[in-house]
Amino acid sequence: MTATTTATGTPTAAPGRPRRSSATLAGTAALLRFDLRRDRVRIPAWVLGLGLLTLASANSVHAVYPTAADRASIAHASAGPAVLAMTGPGHYLADYTWGAMLGHRLLGLLAVLAGLMSVLIVSRHTRAEEESGRAELVRSAAVGRHAQLAAALATAAVADLALGLLLAAGLPGLGVPGLDTGGALLFGAATAAAGLLFAAVAAVAVQVTEHARTASGLALAVLGAAYALRAAGDAGANGLAWASPIGWLQRTYPFLDDRWWPLLPALALAAATGAAGFALSTRRDVGAGLRATRPGPPTARPFLGTPLGLALRLHRGLLGGFAVALLLLGAMYGSLLGNADSMLKDVDQLKEALARLGGRTLADSFAAMTLLVVAVVGAVYAVLAMLRPRAEETAGRAEPVLATGVSRSGWLGGHLVAALLGSTAVLLAAGVGFGLAGALSTGDGGAFPRLVGAALAFAPAQWVTVGFAAAVYGWLPRATPLAWLVPAYAFVIGYLGPLLKLPSGLERLSPFGQVPRLPAAAMDWTPLAALTLVAAALIALALAGFRRRDLDLR
Amino acid sequence: MTKAITLSGLRKTFGRTAALDGLDLTVETGEVHGFLGPNGAGKSTAIRVLLGLLRADGGSARLLGKDPWHDAVELHRRLAYVPGDVELWPNLTGGEAIDLLSRLRGRLDRRRRDELIERFDLDPTKKGRSYSKGNRQKVAIVAALASDAELLLLDEPTSGLDPLMEVVFQDVVRQARGQGRTVLLSSHLLDEVEKLGDRVSIIRHGRVVQTGSLGELRHLTRTTVEAETHRPVTGLETLEGVHGVRTEGARVRFAVDGAHLDAAVRRLGEAGLRSLVSHPPTLEELMLRHYGDELAANGHPVDGEAAR
Ligand SMILES: Nc1ncnc2c1ncn2[C@@H]1O[C@H](COP(=O)(O)OP(=O)(O)OP(=O)(O)O)[C@@H](O)[C@H]1O
Ligand SMILES: [Mg+2]
Repeated sequence: MTATTTATGTPTAAPGRPRRSSATLAGTAALLRFDLRRDRVRIPAWVLGLGLLTLASANSVHAVYPTAADRASIAHASAGPAVLAMTGPGHYLADYTWGAMLGHRLLGLLAVLAGLMSVLIVSRHTRAEEESGRAELVRSAAVGRHAQLAAALATAAVADLALGLLLAAGLPGLGVPGLDTGGALLFGAATAAAGLLFAAVAAVAVQVTEHARTASGLALAVLGAAYALRAAGDAGANGLAWASPIGWLQRTYPFLDDRWWPLLPALALAAATGAAGFALSTRRDVGAGLRATRPGPPTARPFLGTPLGLALRLHRGLLGGFAVALLLLGAMYGSLLGNADSMLKDVDQLKEALARLGGRTLADSFAAMTLLVVAVVGAVYAVLAMLRPRAEETAGRAEPVLATGVSRSGWLGGHLVAALLGSTAVLLAAGVGFGLAGALSTGDGGAFPRLVGAALAFAPAQWVTVGFAAAVYGWLPRATPLAWLVPAYAFVIGYLGPLLKLPSGLERLSPFGQVPRLPAAAMDWTPLAALTLVAAALIALALAGFRRRDLDLR
Repeated sequence: MTKAITLSGLRKTFGRTAALDGLDLTVETGEVHGFLGPNGAGKSTAIRVLLGLLRADGGSARLLGKDPWHDAVELHRRLAYVPGDVELWPNLTGGEAIDLLSRLRGRLDRRRRDELIERFDLDPTKKGRSYSKGNRQKVAIVAALASDAELLLLDEPTSGLDPLMEVVFQDVVRQARGQGRTVLLSSHLLDEVEKLGDRVSIIRHGRVVQTGSLGELRHLTRTTVEAETHRPVTGLETLEGVHGVRTEGARVRFAVDGAHLDAAVRRLGEAGLRSLVSHPPTLEELMLRHYGDELAANGHPVDGEAAR
């Protein structure tokens, strides 16, 4: 597959060349082995998790929609902008076979998740290493300037290709009619291409900022933007989706048209982006970002000298970024609200379905569905915020603070308050964006408060996410990344639950599934109060654990 | 005198490593106590137990009369700490970090802070990442010494400081001692501790192997002597307490037990001294006295030569 060369984005695979020209890549192979060894649990877990999720979904669409009439009816119900915004281009609906369902419903999801996996892998093996100072040690050995980035990209490529191969080999093996080898190969290749592309995006992001978390955030913002663009394009049936590489990959139409050519621009973009990452990396020093740091104030303002002041200061960069991103994401979805009603107005069946949901209008149900997506993106912020104390601890920056008059609860409490406030603030930003754009596009001023309120209804779910992350951190600090399970589960279940007709209990397991689907459904305070209590209990648990354990010192 | 620190039979294990293996340590109020030991001896671990950052698995620890785990916050207001590895916040300036740590401890004495910044020649407007190792160390030292803490826990505070700054540091610690503060100073370097310390504890494999004033320890140890004489020196080997004599023409080098230094130098004088250099025992030499056998068994040179 051509993907191997693209993965590293540089003239890696040039076996015939003299050694000298690859001096900047010296040591790549050794580093790759090392990176793979460090990820020997993570990568198989990701690949198997995503692979099995897909195979299980393919099996269940076969079981849930056995007849052509079943498939026609789900195709019919999926034609609304709300579902198209969540899934993919409407062309799949033309002949909604099991394979088409897979392409329509899962390719976008897999592109996002493979992208997430690749971003995390690349930033972990590049910027996180630099941030910890370990990179300096590695670079001082006989290791070329580009070797670390090349090895990180190759590690991501191994994971992406493994996932692609698992899909290509596994799907035809299920015995579901229509899931042929050619389509499966394309399906796997498109998934792998998405992973490679976002690995390359991460390769650029890690050059720009000094912090691994910020770099991941930056790359994930690009991923989110690509997803949002294709959503806007597919829901509005305009050309916008062509501005998003995820849109391109979804237009390969595996099992339907089996178009290979959209992979080309995606891989070319990956190669170009990866090359840009390598080029940028030579313009900066090890450990530094692209911009030189400027001098700052010689003294601290009084508020900084409190645990909360310190935490807010440490959180504010990422928070600002997320607030802006969610404002834009909300505005993007909100601007589609006006169309939602006019599109497909005469599809009676769809209206009936919505009526059963309790939605007054198409616009309301569209808003409810997209707000869930926005809220889950907000949960990504909640998790990132609660990874902060862990980073402070392992970097050795918690130690001097905890040796002052700040108690353990005070220190973690500062981060908790910052995360609780921040995760609420990002929802508010999303709600304001959604509400403003929604009010403008529908010409209904009353939509603004309703939509802001609907977004804020997810706040207790955000707090549970914060509480869960904190509880893991308090008791099992090394397992803190498990906090990613909350948004990942909410995303997957929100995406697949309706399609696979999964029991509603599975959806309720996620805090986001508990929140009433405003504005389509009626407000219900009970689950919100319950979530708040759960969050409070988790936070109490977190503090109890953190007070009890050793600090993880270096 | 009351005790500032009392550790007895302190134990701390990480998995299968016993970092502290029955550590006993007493630090009197108002003294500068040197805490010496090789890498991995358990110095940082002991200090972190004293700070309540780690929980001991056994034994007892008292700090200023209180329990370091349960009364951590109350104790932290009365002490200041310089970690061995100073990590600063990349997006905060050194000045902000100093103020932050001082305020979190309690009160910020701005006059004293500015004076220390001046003396240590520190630029407080730089951001964390742009400081060199020594300058990061200075940030932590200034933050600790600008406080009015009655106890200073300093974990290898001078690692990374240049010789001029080491002098400033020693001066500041002496000043602190003059004000009646207690200092626990961990180090690899005997001469640093020697310049400041009243008493020394040597720790190895998580246990204190020697405690006492430097005079007492020195007496127990060997001084290395290098001399050049007019005539060849004879009969040095036969003197009591002299070890490892090596002669190269007019130069001679040997180690001598503290108690027998006088006799050995007399013998050199008889041969007409041209130059004389004597090294006080280094930490290695102090250690070698206790562990020479073990090192020799591992194939390391053990003689006085091993030092320096
Ligand atoms: N968090 C930890 N996990 C596992 N082992 C640890 C941990 N911290 C310390 N150790 C081990 O405990 C022992 C004592 O370490 P410690 O850091 O206290 O030594 P030290 O005397 O401060 O050494 P140095 O002079 O190198 O700073 C070492 O063997 C070390 O490997
Ligand atoms: Mg140490």
